Amino acid sequence: MSKRFLMGNEAIALGAVHAGVNVVSGYPGTPSTEILETIAKNNKDGSVYVEWSVNEKAALEVGAGAAYSGARSLVTMKQVGLNVASDPLMSLAYVGVKGGMVIVSADDPGPISSQTEQDTRHFGQFSKLPVFDPSSPEEAYEMIQDAFECSEKYGTPVLFRPTTRVCHGCASVEVKDSFEPHKPEGFVKDTMRWVIFPRTSYLNHCKIEKRNPQLGEEFSSYRFNKLTGSGRKGIATHGISYAYTCEALQGVDKEHKLLKIATPNPFPEKLALEFLEGLDEVVCIEELDPVIERELTYIVGKHHLNVTVRGKLDGTVQPAGENTVESVKEILSGFLDIKYDAPKLPPVPDLPVRPPVLCAGCPHRASFYAVKQATKGKKAVYSGDIGCYTLGNAKPLDMVDTCLCMGADVTIAQGIHRVEPDTVNFSFIGDSTFFASGITGVVNAVYNQTDIILIVLDNSTTAMTGHQPHPGTGVTMMGDVCAKVSIPKILEAVGCTYVKTVDPLDLTAAETAVKEALELKGVRAIIMKSPCIAVTKPQTLYKVDGDKCIGCKRCIRELGCPAIVLTDGRPFIEPSLCYGCGVCSHVCPVNAIGR
Amino acid sequence: MNNILLCGVGGQGTVLASKLLAFAAMERGEQVRTSETIGMSQRGGCVVSHVRSGESIDSPMLPKGSADIIIGFEPAEAVRNISYLKKGGTVIVNKKAVKPVTASLTGSGYDGSEAIEYLRQNVESLVVIDGDAICEKCGSSKVLNIALLAAAAKSGALGMTVEELKSAIVKRIPEKFHALNIKAVELA
Repeated sequence: MSKRFLMGNEAIALGAVHAGVNVVSGYPGTPSTEILETIAKNNKDGSVYVEWSVNEKAALEVGAGAAYSGARSLVTMKQVGLNVASDPLMSLAYVGVKGGMVIVSADDPGPISSQTEQDTRHFGQFSKLPVFDPSSPEEAYEMIQDAFECSEKYGTPVLFRPTTRVCHGCASVEVKDSFEPHKPEGFVKDTMRWVIFPRTSYLNHCKIEKRNPQLGEEFSSYRFNKLTGSGRKGIATHGISYAYTCEALQGVDKEHKLLKIATPNPFPEKLALEFLEGLDEVVCIEELDPVIERELTYIVGKHHLNVTVRGKLDGTVQPAGENTVESVKEILSGFLDIKYDAPKLPPVPDLPVRPPVLCAGCPHRASFYAVKQATKGKKAVYSGDIGCYTLGNAKPLDMVDTCLCMGADVTIAQGIHRVEPDTVNFSFIGDSTFFASGITGVVNAVYNQTDIILIVLDNSTTAMTGHQPHPGTGVTMMGDVCAKVSIPKILEAVGCTYVKTVDPLDLTAAETAVKEALELKGVRAIIMKSPCIAVTKPQTLYKVDGDKCIGCKRCIRELGCPAIVLTDGRPFIEPSLCYGCGVCSHVCPVNAIGR
Repeated sequence: MNNILLCGVGGQGTVLASKLLAFAAMERGEQVRTSETIGMSQRGGCVVSHVRSGESIDSPMLPKGSADIIIGFEPAEAVRNISYLKKGGTVIVNKKAVKPVTASLTGSGYDGSEAIEYLRQNVESLVVIDGDAICEKCGSSKVLNIALLAAAAKSGALGMTVEELKSAIVKRIPEKFHALNIKAVELA
């Protein structure tokens, strides 16, 4: 064993490698992305197969096929990705696996960078799958290995659910120096096992219902489920909230029991009963949903226990958002009757807000601006999607009217158009999102003869999550160079009436293309192609000519570029931020901006 | 236990600085936990790194009112996180303001001076650094993080000596950048 300073996601990755994982697939999404990236980085000999799949459904199915063949497979995604993968997940829970299969679905209390505060533990209950919930990077390293063991022992896929503070927290972790590789047996044909049928599903359902109570019993003595202390008051918690609770309890001398649940499904009922015995009152400190709280309430009712269960459901714990050491201290001060004075501070002056913005030089700014200029005076609705370009909603661009989930820009635009046929309906989609779930929406529009204009913002990378390759980039996570899947060829093949590729940094050409598309009917598509600044070198920078500048601030008002700042009432281009995209030079009415 | 909070704006180099602090603490044989903001915040947003080291640490995030030292890479960000500072704690702050786009759009006159003034009024142990001047002398805008760490080490509140910082630089940063960063340490 040796000590390494690892991020939680790196610990999960190394744990999976040390469990002998053979096949790893996933789709990028904060806070899960670094797991797959770490495995790819530590795979110099290519002994593990690693891929970014087109979306989470594809990733889960690739992982399932590998596990059918006896391989150990790991599938990674963020929590909303599990919604996309839920179709194969629900059926796979019935079919089961041969090799160990662990699905990591990283939850995001807050949410810090997600659409929802959904709780993967519910998905575990819904799909009847075992769930592991680590509370630190050290535990995550060990626990993912346990998850593979559990999966193989019971022939079932297993959910592994870390949250952001575990994924992105770093700690010194004790890791193995060597490990046993896992040799897959290969796929053995067996129709009754691998082909899902109503009759086999009935039998499999019966098996699952018999297995889960056994598994719950086994989990009651699982090493990371912990019961400590004594007394008439109990605290039940999990994940990172366990760390906050331990810190909040430092120096507290009031008697209490503490229960940590690392396996929320199947719930370790025997351990819970041991915890509840002799208690008058329990407080459940959870993030996201009150899963432990409902389980304990159920067990209290089932066994006619005289214990009051507190938590989110009775308002003792906040219903949404993250917990903190302070929020836990506040809860425990009431529950255990201990003195807690929240730190008092002098009032803070008004501070500038820093909402995330499109980077200086980002080609999306040019794309949005070109469409905005070309549609001036027209009744138009702009549907956006998930990615950096969601930031096009900010002023002054103000070019994202809707955003729902991956791929929904194309289809939401169609729904709006059905109700308001006199509006022009634009849909903006990024290249990775287009491959992930945009194509079906375009086919839907063509088939149902809808009038929409699709703008594909192709920056040749998955930018928002940290620049992962995708089918259009021509590289894979195994380091291979492969054929690029062509977005314009797909759009032509499905029957778009107009397909044009332009460089948005050439504002005139981009505007002309939008105007041409506006003259036509049907599904029209413009691919605005220019690489993300993070994957290209800066061009010659631009400067404001102080003699020519009339101080109209149009460059600032129209573009909102972070590199253009107001200094003594005049625009100034910050050289450390400028990328030389030149869009501001097109906007200046007196040609005061040049190289 | 040693509690350090680093804060600034995406791209200023807080993450590397927190890694160096964690490395030095591990070299001392301590347990370390850190926590970073990753994601949306990278795009011009606020970034915060929590670094905790000692015998045994539970939470990766600092509780409010517990930081021994706050290293502010930008004045408003130091003020935004001031609630983490413990009574009598130290603040090291870079003088230069990073103006957000929203400030240019709304014509707000934010230049950091009000934030620095607030710190002068409310923090007993305050060190204001002219990070730009040090970067200019070193000929690189990338050494701001090292300059701030060096100033923090020199204040005595960091739990890391200047020598330990130099050793961390030599061990954790590519060799071609050693001279540049050591110079930043000397100048701070």
